[in-house]
Amino acid sequence: MENSTASTPELDPPALGAPVVEFRHVSIAFDGPPVLQDVSFTVSPNETRILLGPAGVGKSVLLKLINGLMRPDSGSIFLFGQEITTMTEEELFPLRTRTGMVFQEGALFDSLTVRDNVAYQLIQERVPEEEIDRRVHQALTFVELDNTFYFFPASLSGGMRRRVAIARALIHQPELILYDSPTGGLDPITSTTIIELVMKERDVFRIPSLLVTHRLQDAFTLCSHYFDSALGHMVPLPKGQTDPNTTFLMLEEGRLIFDGSIHDLVRSQNPFVREFIE
Amino acid sequence: MAIGPIERTAKDFVLTVQEYSLFAYRAVLNLFRPPRYWTDFLIQCNIVGVGSTAIVLLSGFFTGGVLALQSAATLSEFGATAVTGRFVSTTMIRELGPVLTGIMVAGRNASSMASELGSMVVTEQIDAMRALGVDPMRKLVTPRLFACISMLFFLTILADFFGIVGGGFVTVFMNHQNGTQYLSMAWEHIHLPDIVQGLVKPLFSGFIIASVGCFYGMRTTGGTEGVGRSTIDAVVFSSVIIIFTDFLLTQVLLTLFPPL
Repeated sequence: MENSTASTPELDPPALGAPVVEFRHVSIAFDGPPVLQDVSFTVSPNETRILLGPAGVGKSVLLKLINGLMRPDSGSIFLFGQEITTMTEEELFPLRTRTGMVFQEGALFDSLTVRDNVAYQLIQERVPEEEIDRRVHQALTFVELDNTFYFFPASLSGGMRRRVAIARALIHQPELILYDSPTGGLDPITSTTIIELVMKERDVFRIPSLLVTHRLQDAFTLCSHYFDSALGHMVPLPKGQTDPNTTFLMLEEGRLIFDGSIHDLVRSQNPFVREFIE
Repeated sequence: MAIGPIERTAKDFVLTVQEYSLFAYRAVLNLFRPPRYWTDFLIQCNIVGVGSTAIVLLSGFFTGGVLALQSAATLSEFGATAVTGRFVSTTMIRELGPVLTGIMVAGRNASSMASELGSMVVTEQIDAMRALGVDPMRKLVTPRLFACISMLFFLTILADFFGIVGGGFVTVFMNHQNGTQYLSMAWEHIHLPDIVQGLVKPLFSGFIIASVGCFYGMRTTGGTEGVGRSTIDAVVFSSVIIIFTDFLLTQVLLTLFPPL
């Protein structure tokens, strides 16, 4: 007991203050029934929100709405306190540079090397080459892929591509990270590596994030473990303890049916939630 | 009843024209507003210009050769084979050089632009670019558009020149006519209106190739099958629009610069 107490990390209480992301009654449809219907939630500073739901319920659409890659049909979306639904594409670009996004398949630029992919934003900003190399090495070391510096994405495995995508999302020191099914289609071992990286980002940089997944196992691992910087890997939290900053959202047919902590999730009586977690 | 599909097709057509117009307008406007991607412009100049040189040179050469063969056969009936040079040079410079170059480059580059951008759309690379704060219109479309316009201009000059050379080759080595006469006829009967006509057209062709290619690429949907569809549409529509625009331009330019 003592040992477990000694290894317990300092778990910050849920942060107060203005939300980083706020959805107010957001709906969107594409030539058919609504993909998202009247969705409202917030992401607070320091908070990691896990968006659960089966495939095709609008999880990726919701993520793309957050940084204005898609526009809602109705409702309001606030990013860093600014309403983005009324902004033009031009106005959104500077705001997007403050967020990092990891796409489902990585979405690396296949004509560029790993170095140029990770440094993409820095190259556009004409940061000096030496500074770029230093920061790319730093970001690739974070995802433990420093040896892929000169590789092209085609020569990387699926898991390595996701890790490079995480490095690309982190290099600009974003104020919010959006993960779109970062473990989708990966084997269990690689999935654990990716989840460990997400956890490392959460516990080392403490950047708020929203992670989309349909894998409950990944979600529970994020809640029940923390990244131990001294050991260099994730460690389970003491029994009965969970990360208070990691909370859940669940979508069913475009509607947000759950918003709460892991304790609320496992105790939920909603038949869809029960079916999903069981 | 039967009006439904026609109405839908008409609406789709109008919507496509509207979207294309806005797309082309934004692409042009971006040249006058920073940031400008000069490196990408030069890369595209290399891809479109240097990459298309061989096909343009060969198609120009053989078109000039065919023109000399056909015209000599017809002109000999009137005892006028001496004007073969004039016929070949005028036709190449005013019409065939610009149109053939446009169609050859459309086949090569409108397809590559549509498939490249289409692949980027379906693999979310375009979304990733936007998420990284970079405007794909400025970074990908505008450099392609202006590279294509600039390079078409020079490629057409090349096609014209090699067309006249091809015609001369056939005239001397196959029709066994006088080469000096061919060249002097070709040179003396080229006038400023012919050159203006021949060099205005590639500016329009370049614009059409890049704007149509990028437009179909950027609106790709439906995975790899969609990329294939976009590529076909880009080549077909750009080729047809080039010929149609050539027809309109010829009318206008003949009015502005009547033949001497």
